[in-house]
Amino acid sequence: MSVTVFVPRDAAALAVGADRVAAAIEKEAALRGVDVRIVRNGSRGMLWLEVLVEVRTSQGRVAYGPVKASDVASLFDADFLNGGHHPLCHGLSKEIPFFKSQTRLTFARCGVTDPLSLEDYRHYQGLKGLANALAMAPADIVKQVTDSGLRGRGGAGFPTGIKWKTVADAVADQKYIVCNADEGDSGTFADRMIMEGDPFVLIEGMVIAGIAVGATKGYIYIRSEYPHAIATMGEAIETARQEGILGSSVLGSTYAFDMEVRVGAGAYVCGEETSLLNSLEGKRGVVRAKPPLPALQGLFGKPTIVNNVMSLASIPVIMDRGAGFYRDFGVGRSHGTIPIQLAGNLKHGGLYETAFGLSLGQLVNEIGGGTITGRPVKAVQVGGPLGAYFPPSLFDTIFDYEAFAAAGGLIGHAGVVVFDDTADMLKQARFAMEFCAVESCGKCTPCRIGSTRGVETVDKIACGIEPEKNKALLEDLCNTMKFGSLCALGGFTPYPVMSALKHFPEDFAPAPLVEAAE
Amino acid sequence: MNIRAVAVDEATRVSEIVESCRHLEGPLLPVLHKVQEEFGFVAESAKQIIAKALNLSRADVHGVVTFYHDFRDHPAGRHRLKLCRAEACQSMGCESLAEQIKAKLGVDWHGTTSDGAITLEPVFCLGLCAQAPAAMLDGDVYARLDEDCLGDILTEARR
Repeated sequence: MSVTVFVPRDAAALAVGADRVAAAIEKEAALRGVDVRIVRNGSRGMLWLEVLVEVRTSQGRVAYGPVKASDVASLFDADFLNGGHHPLCHGLSKEIPFFKSQTRLTFARCGVTDPLSLEDYRHYQGLKGLANALAMAPADIVKQVTDSGLRGRGGAGFPTGIKWKTVADAVADQKYIVCNADEGDSGTFADRMIMEGDPFVLIEGMVIAGIAVGATKGYIYIRSEYPHAIATMGEAIETARQEGILGSSVLGSTYAFDMEVRVGAGAYVCGEETSLLNSLEGKRGVVRAKPPLPALQGLFGKPTIVNNVMSLASIPVIMDRGAGFYRDFGVGRSHGTIPIQLAGNLKHGGLYETAFGLSLGQLVNEIGGGTITGRPVKAVQVGGPLGAYFPPSLFDTIFDYEAFAAAGGLIGHAGVVVFDDTADMLKQARFAMEFCAVESCGKCTPCRIGSTRGVETVDKIACGIEPEKNKALLEDLCNTMKFGSLCALGGFTPYPVMSALKHFPEDFAPAPLVEAAE
Repeated sequence: MNIRAVAVDEATRVSEIVESCRHLEGPLLPVLHKVQEEFGFVAESAKQIIAKALNLSRADVHGVVTFYHDFRDHPAGRHRLKLCRAEACQSMGCESLAEQIKAKLGVDWHGTTSDGAITLEPVFCLGLCAQAPAAMLDGDVYARLDEDCLGDILTEARR
């Protein structure tokens, strides 16, 4: 009987040699005359263990990692095909503490199934949400989403149901569903993982959105830095078309919906929804003024839902298990689960899906295991390049939208990047301004010019030129950018800058003069 | 070599690419991606053909090409090394790795090695943030890099 071995095909696994490991297993199995079936699954999200090889046994899947191609022969020697003991063995995958303590709703299948097998997808509860949706009136679908309390997972946290209702109520000959997969924030990879590890869930979510609001066409805008996600989504869409999930009659119903992948071209600002729409239309990715809202005048001027990958990928489970089931997770006004991405200088980095409500300290120290360098944590940036830097003194901040806003930060796309005590926070503040200057679309002045002046001002502080005056100037500039910019790029760049200045003033102290040191 | 014949051939190909994308809504970005994939960059002459075929002004097309970091106005080396410079990679020392690689290759950002083998480009996030520092060589990704293993990867690519 053949033994099933799982070797992930996620970019995170490929980047540390998954293809070589898979080839080595195949070769070794042939050499030893053992019948092995290799499945290329998505990633389980325990990225410090990649390449995480799993073997299906009668007790469940047994995990081995991080496996290198050179370890494969010794794995066979240790009888890993029967779950044999080996220094790289972690026992049953689902019992690994990092995995066991999660609540996986959106990522339920990711790492478990073959991402491109529709059979696997159906076997693990896939398409049930769509089946339920097809049996409901569109307005009831929108109500379910509203009742679930789902808020936009892209960063802004706007209630998804309200956005949907606006589009549903709009009258037009054509409406669009646009999935924002321009995951440009450093420290985030949840969108990439779901597109590579469970693409059908995103397709299902988009089809449901289409039915709910009366849209027949969808676009997934994926950044060009994600070639593997682009390829996997493209293949999955083709399969969905062949199987009648997409097309003129969705699963035999009267609803039509089709979609395609569009590839970005390296502009960070295109993660902003109006800029993304311009890019889809084939224009410069310049931000549009709002109003009009994209929900009323979006892609090609038509009513358009623009949702993040995580929001859309959460729809199928909501439609399958019900709004109440989803809503019961979380705290305060943050309902459901959030896939948190633990990144940077962390021992146990990876994807951790959990209900809202853990503290930042728990995430960094307990789940993330502290720094990989073994040095003390100095700062944690939450929410990408536009997110605030938190010092350990704020580690009791609860991970939900409101608590982070109250602490002068934002959850954003839930990326958590950890820095040890070698980090220079003035340098990080300068980088935030520099990044904004490089990526600014140029439409509004505070962002376009403010960011460049910001870099210069930080440089003056670094050189000890009128430091107090320049710190006040920097603060004033940040205020102008925050309130005067058209979108989040210019508007949120002050978060990392001001939080660095506020929590790490010692790094902004004038550099000691060289003469004085001698 | 007949230079004129090559140019005509290029023009034909660009026109074919535009035609293959014409049915799309908002075809310009897909067209530019395909042109760059085929020729390695978007030439001035290609912009003219695209503009005419899509009934856009040359300024429109030029504006779009120059807005996006991905599109080049001259060919890159045989391999493109994109080294991540974003925060997660910074937390694991990507800046010093970048300095070492620049010294090793003898180029600055956006530069191409003298043998035309490798173009070094910065990239802001490859989504491998828990395994920093990360890089992409052509379409292949690499994580948990240090100078030695990145050096090996580049040596392998140059063969």
